[in-house]
Amino acid sequence: MEALFSMTTGVLAACGLFLALRGRTFPVVVGLTLLSYAVNLFLFSMGGLTTAGAVVIEEHGGDYADPLPQALVLTAIVIGFAMTAFSVILAMRARGDLGSDHVNGNRLDEPREESS
Amino acid sequence: MPLLLIVLLPLLGGLLPIMSSNERRGACAAVAAAPVLIALAVALHHAGAVLDGEVFRQAYSWIPALGLDLAMRLDGLSLLFVLLILGIGLLIIVYARYYLLASDNAPRFYAFLLLFMAAMLGIVMADNLLLLWFFWELTSLSSFLLIGYWYHQSDARKGARMALTVTGAGGLALLAGLLLLGHIVGSYDLQVVLDSRDMIQADPRYLPALLLVLLGAFTKSAQFPFQFWLPHAMAAPTPVSAFLHSATMVKAGVFLLARMHPALAGSPEWLYLVGLTGLVTLLYGAYFALLKYDLKGVLANSTISHLGLITLLLGLDNDMATVAALFHILNHAIFKAALFMTAGIIDHETGTRDIRKLQGLWRVMPLTAAVAIIAGAAMAGVPYFNGFLSKEMLLAESLDTQLLGGLAWLIPALVTLGSLLSAAYAVRLVYNVFFHGPTPELPKTPHAPPKLMIAPGLLLAALCLVIGILPAPSVTALLTAASDAALTGGAPELHLAVWHGLNLPLLMSAVALFGGVALYWQRRHLFAFQRQFGARDARLLFEASVQGLVHGTQRVIDALENGSLQRYMLWLVITILCLVGGTLLGATELRGPLPLQPLDGLLIAGAGIAIFAGLATAILHRRRLISLLMLSIVGLMTSLAFARFSAPDLALTQLAVEVVTMILLMLALFFLPQRTPKESGAPRILRDVLMASAFGGIVASLNFAVLTRPLESISHFFIDNSVPGGGGHNVVNVILVDFRGFDTLGEITVLCIAAVGIYKLLNRLRLFMPSSDAEGRPWSRDRHPLILISVSQTILPLALLVSIFIFLRGHNAPGGGFIAGLVTAVALILLYIAHGVDWCQRRMSFQYQPIAVAGVGVATLTGLGSWVFGYPFLTSSFGHFHIPLIGDIELATALLFDLGVYLTVVGATLMILANLGKLTTAHRPSKQKEKEKA
Repeated sequence: MEALFSMTTGVLAACGLFLALRGRTFPVVVGLTLLSYAVNLFLFSMGGLTTAGAVVIEEHGGDYADPLPQALVLTAIVIGFAMTAFSVILAMRARGDLGSDHVNGNRLDEPREESS
Repeated sequence: MPLLLIVLLPLLGGLLPIMSSNERRGACAAVAAAPVLIALAVALHHAGAVLDGEVFRQAYSWIPALGLDLAMRLDGLSLLFVLLILGIGLLIIVYARYYLLASDNAPRFYAFLLLFMAAMLGIVMADNLLLLWFFWELTSLSSFLLIGYWYHQSDARKGARMALTVTGAGGLALLAGLLLLGHIVGSYDLQVVLDSRDMIQADPRYLPALLLVLLGAFTKSAQFPFQFWLPHAMAAPTPVSAFLHSATMVKAGVFLLARMHPALAGSPEWLYLVGLTGLVTLLYGAYFALLKYDLKGVLANSTISHLGLITLLLGLDNDMATVAALFHILNHAIFKAALFMTAGIIDHETGTRDIRKLQGLWRVMPLTAAVAIIAGAAMAGVPYFNGFLSKEMLLAESLDTQLLGGLAWLIPALVTLGSLLSAAYAVRLVYNVFFHGPTPELPKTPHAPPKLMIAPGLLLAALCLVIGILPAPSVTALLTAASDAALTGGAPELHLAVWHGLNLPLLMSAVALFGGVALYWQRRHLFAFQRQFGARDARLLFEASVQGLVHGTQRVIDALENGSLQRYMLWLVITILCLVGGTLLGATELRGPLPLQPLDGLLIAGAGIAIFAGLATAILHRRRLISLLMLSIVGLMTSLAFARFSAPDLALTQLAVEVVTMILLMLALFFLPQRTPKESGAPRILRDVLMASAFGGIVASLNFAVLTRPLESISHFFIDNSVPGGGGHNVVNVILVDFRGFDTLGEITVLCIAAVGIYKLLNRLRLFMPSSDAEGRPWSRDRHPLILISVSQTILPLALLVSIFIFLRGHNAPGGGFIAGLVTAVALILLYIAHGVDWCQRRMSFQYQPIAVAGVGVATLTGLGSWVFGYPFLTSSFGHFHIPLIGDIELATALLFDLGVYLTVVGATLMILANLGKLTTAHRPSKQKEKEKA
């Protein structure tokens, strides 16, 4: 189970990064969102993978799922949404002002391939 | 009386001249002089006891964790320098009153001068190594301001920059050296360090520490090969040169050598490093002083030479040599200040400083000539002038040194040569300028200077004579006290006298003096010899190296930072790969000791779907809508994963966020191109795929490594204290609103700021609105489907009810402000989608910005509320209440905080989405409309 979980985060992170390296804003935003899923899953798993754990405190106690990574990830999800929103609207603004949706802010829709 | 007063008076007193008027120069000088006078009085108040051998030490704790204390000491060495700094500083203040032109800004000058004075006093009185360094850097900075005082002149700017670069770099070396010393000794307390000589010198770090400290001292005191900055610092106004290069700035270096002498000296390393540097500097400065045509150039090089002399004396490393060094520090400060003052007067009265143009000036300015003759004689080492005494001591000590071993005879020979050169340039300086024929035509008709302008010079000249004729009664006490502080074994018995009988040093002195006059007589041969070498301007070399450095750095920056965000991203990833990958390489085994949990079919299916959707998102990224749909599948699977692994709060949050994210991205996609053009070539794709795969591999490995290792969590604290401390059974929610409430407050603030930022970005944004999709099919006319309208209206009250339920139960069961806020937001957005902006606008005519801000406000006020009851910020309290019909419920102030979270989430989410949606309509955010409304 651990191996499968790790593999999933790995694949999601790889796909997210691949998209984040693209030259147009929309795939980059999608890539960042994908990457944030991977990161959230990764962070969440730092508390271990608990199957059928107790989530609220009960009288008889039980095997609790680690609440700390959950609290961290919960806010991370909301902040991640704010970040996605900000970057996508920045991308729209860039397109409106520069006429291009290239991440480097090139004017006139001319792709500027880096000289590497 | 607090010693700190001596430093604080000039430091704070520097504000007085700034407040005075530039027109009333006398008043300005007077308010600048007042704090210096008082500080001098405080110093003199302590002087008696210090001369009797007492050491005053006072300390205030400043940053104890760093070992930095505001510790002041006043011993003999400090006193010598304090008197020099304040005494000569006072004379400079008087002198500058007449020197500064009407166009100069006198208040600024005096303010800088006092700041510099305070920094110098701080160095000589510091009783803590770090404090000493602090003031050391302050002198570099304030001398930069003083040297660059005439900042409209390129020379002044460049000279100031050079001085700052050299002394600043030296200062950093000094810091490293002092830190090393502190580590060796275990304390930055000066007394402790001075008492730990054996421990320091036995430590293997002694040599690096010594080298670094010496680097600091040599750059400051313009020792070879760092001497080049000093002549260029002559671009400063002459009072500054007179102060910086006689009594203060450059003396800081030799002061440091004397101060650290008990701890660092006594080793062969010290003997050779300090002694030889001093010797070379002595000869270098003396030779070039003879060749300069600029009055101040001569004086600058002579200063270098005399600093070399002092360094040599400190390097010779026996008790009498150290006494001689301190004596020469005093003598040099006095005669050099006087000489600089006469140079300034000549410049001021004649308009030139070129020795070739000046002659016969004694007729027009006899008093100035008298000062120059006396100070020049002292510099040349003529008997009955103060310079003679210390030079005589040098000659005597040079005969008795271990430096150079069997070649030790070279030292007295070279020192005599240096004295000879010194005599020659002193004669040239005085004779050429004041005698040597009739007064020629000059840029300005020379007049005698104002009486008060020459008075400080006269006073210094008188001191030269007093010390020169009556050395024993005038300075013995001060020198004994000073050398007591600079020597481990206490000061030797001092017998200062002009006449020691016929001996070898006297013969050497005579050779130097007469040889000097002879050399002056035949100087044209020397000038002709020097002309065979090309002139090398240190400033050009320095500027060239600075420019080279700037260009080199620029090239590196250009290579790394070419404006391509893609490239920065790549560098970032490469860094992560190297750092994390490197660590993973170091691990012996990836899999930890924990047993693996069993797999089941549902898990495999879920992971498979997530992986498939993730890959599809990446592969189909050029068809944006499909890519987006695939992304939403990943989001859903993530949410299910949270549910599967016992995190219902996360699952709910992820689900709600997923909905709003998708609506947001769909809306955005409407305004952006529907397809991504094919831009990247195959090599580029290959590179990125490789990068991404490596990254994914590392993430997966890391995750696996963590998951299979035992976990030491701090969560049991939260689980144990959630009910008794926070009054809630849902630990996640209690952490959010109670234990880590401050973090959550920060997070909702960020959310609110992001929403405000988005609102501003949308303001007056005009975008091309496509009337058809990518295939050219026109968008449907049926904007608001009937079924959705009915469903959304029906759902709204239910959704709101659910969100209230989730909100209220959040403290004890999965739910809470974040989730409730998102549910409310989704319900409202559904309404917008179903009915359109116009319809919603008519029914909900309020703005969302105030809601978000109010949310942050409520949360903050809840936190502040605990102050009212005398508890720290965000302390929560809870209790059980009985409400009729509903029954027993538990209420916590954390609920109020959660309300803030709820409001912020609703406000921010709607602010983002509703405003984005309004772009398509007449309700778009714009300044125009706001004005019309107003």
